[in-house]
Amino acid sequence: MTAASTPTPPGATEGTTPEAPEETATGGGVRTAGTAGTAGTDERLVHRSLLQRMLGRPELGAVVGAIAVFVVFSVVADSFLRASSLSTVLYASSTLGIMAVPVALLMIGGEFDLSTGVMVTSSSLVSSMFSYQMTANVWVGVGVSLLVTLGIGLFNGYMLVRTGLPSFIITLGTFLMLTGLNLGLTKLISGTVSTKTISDMEGFASAKALFASELTIGPADIQVTVVWWLVLVALATWLLLRTKAGNWIFAVGGGQHTARAVGVPVARTKIGLYLGVALGAWISGQHLLFNYDVVQSGEGVGNELIYIAAAVIGGCLLTGGYGSAVGAAVGAFIFGMTSKGIVYAQWEPDWFKFFLGAMLLVAVLLNAYIRKRAEANR
Amino acid sequence: MDSFRNSSAWPPSRRRTGTPVARAATAVLLLVSVALTGCSATGGKRAEEARDAAVSGGAGVDTPRWKIAMVSHSGEGDTFWDIVQSGAKQAAAKDNIDFHYSHDKEAGRQAQLVKAAVDNKVDGLIVSLAKPEAMKGALRKAEKAGIPVVTINSGQDQSKEYGALAHIGQDEKIAGEAVGRELNERGRKKAVCLLHEQGNVGHEERCRGVRETFDGEVRDLHADGTNMPAVESSLEAELQSDRDIDTVVTLGAPFAPTAVKAAEGAGSKAETVTFDLNDQAARGLKDGSIGFAVDQQPYLQGYEAVDLLWAERYNANMLGGGKPVLTGPQILTKKDASTLQKYTKRGTR
Repeated sequence: MTAASTPTPPGATEGTTPEAPEETATGGGVRTAGTAGTAGTDERLVHRSLLQRMLGRPELGAVVGAIAVFVVFSVVADSFLRASSLSTVLYASSTLGIMAVPVALLMIGGEFDLSTGVMVTSSSLVSSMFSYQMTANVWVGVGVSLLVTLGIGLFNGYMLVRTGLPSFIITLGTFLMLTGLNLGLTKLISGTVSTKTISDMEGFASAKALFASELTIGPADIQVTVVWWLVLVALATWLLLRTKAGNWIFAVGGGQHTARAVGVPVARTKIGLYLGVALGAWISGQHLLFNYDVVQSGEGVGNELIYIAAAVIGGCLLTGGYGSAVGAAVGAFIFGMTSKGIVYAQWEPDWFKFFLGAMLLVAVLLNAYIRKRAEANR
Repeated sequence: MDSFRNSSAWPPSRRRTGTPVARAATAVLLLVSVALTGCSATGGKRAEEARDAAVSGGAGVDTPRWKIAMVSHSGEGDTFWDIVQSGAKQAAAKDNIDFHYSHDKEAGRQAQLVKAAVDNKVDGLIVSLAKPEAMKGALRKAEKAGIPVVTINSGQDQSKEYGALAHIGQDEKIAGEAVGRELNERGRKKAVCLLHEQGNVGHEERCRGVRETFDGEVRDLHADGTNMPAVESSLEAELQSDRDIDTVVTLGAPFAPTAVKAAEGAGSKAETVTFDLNDQAARGLKDGSIGFAVDQQPYLQGYEAVDLLWAERYNANMLGGGKPVLTGPQILTKKDASTLQKYTKRGTR
């Protein structure tokens, strides 16, 4: 097994399918993405049928679940299948999905981030307040916000690799600190708990076009976040399946000691994953800001668990080393469908969380079942 | 762990007689018999049913069945919005309206819910504008679809600008000023304003209103309203550290009994007064532990909103003349308490 230890830029693939990291003792189900198999004879050359390959994909359970949810709401809610309704559902899914994708990558890398929900709010607060207080073009605020948010991600990742504490603890600390900072700093700087309006400032229109515009495609208005979401999914999928960095992510998630032993830059990979999450938080944060113009400082708490749930429904394992970006996207889509479908179906909204919880469990059980079957058939 | 999985160790004790099924059946029988014999002569479900029977009625109009949706910024399990809903439902029953309620405390998601209601092609829309800027786009969408909108509870300054036909609610600052004046009348000198929801602009307005008219000193105290013990301990600490505080102003009825407890715990003479009302607060008014309550009559906010949309649809009527229709403040004291208790128990005040 020769894992390249010299970093090459992503994209400089060697033209072959990625090499599988070694099976580890963690039982995290380490496999290369897509192709699979226990180490032995060169499993990459074994021909497997399309069906077998399908069954081996982490997102299969989520896709089945998504189809089921879609069918249910199509039957019980007349208005669910309208173009305008579907674009609302897609929009709701995209606002989650933009975060669920980098969170899934992080979880494949075997780590956790509880600060994601409030990080989104922090990102939009920084952007808005910097532009307003400095009377700068809003693009300046957007840039500063990117740096600050990446800084938070860097802090998470750096603390993790330096201290060796579980990421759960570190990001729990970050989560609490950010929650307080969001409220405290906003009150200190703006004098109120929400930011001031910046819609009359220079650059707002162009930033809104990038982060929060609507594209009319036929009968439906598609929000630009849907495009961001799909681009992120494509990018993350390519990263996971076609680059060396993707292999590193699977390897550190499968077992970092083994990964380190074969020359994977563990620290750099993990910090990179946290930076990816921060990037997602920045995109979501800018969308919130430019879509609604004013940001409430207390929001975002609790969303981190929704992102994690979307990733888990999409087939990510909590133990790391297994999962996919497409799965996380489908998980977010299930959430979007359920949260809005309940409204279209005109059910009592009090039941919403119950459905989500039940769905999470069913999805995870289904994923585990399919994974077992797929591994047995190999 | 493994010792439990090992069959000889499970079940842990063999001394009990009978199979598990027989044991379970016995337990169920026991429970049922206790349930049947141990009835309460007061309160409970039976009393509630008797009360409901006294107030229920059928629809009173012969208009077609229109669909009205309400989308609020409430969190989950919020008593205040429960009362708004019961008002709306009562009006819906009377006006033959198909009424739907949804809510989300996050501004962005609330806007999505408004859009979903518009997609559903409702005949009328009721929205609370706690975070007005976030609702702008969704309300424009409603306007484009030709759906009449009434805003309730919060956002009276933006209501008209966003194309709503009327706003029904309480001006928070006016309500705060009413509290300040009432405190002057009672000769108070130093008050604490307990803000239980950081980030709620309406709450800040209330405290600002109190400060405006109150001749004494007002101090703000922030506490996390989702964590009652934390609210109690912060307030207790505040009252212990300053013996001159003679009034605690809570911004929500559920916090009034907590404030009373905190004052007792701190051995402070401070009297609690509260915004809004619930059953416990009504009881507090009655036994004198709560000085007065300032009610914004949430029941009316829901009831009037549905009724107005019905009248608009039926007869093109609208209330308010472009100004907010105020449902408060209504100052409630000990003398109102016994009447109120009837209704707070029912969940309509």
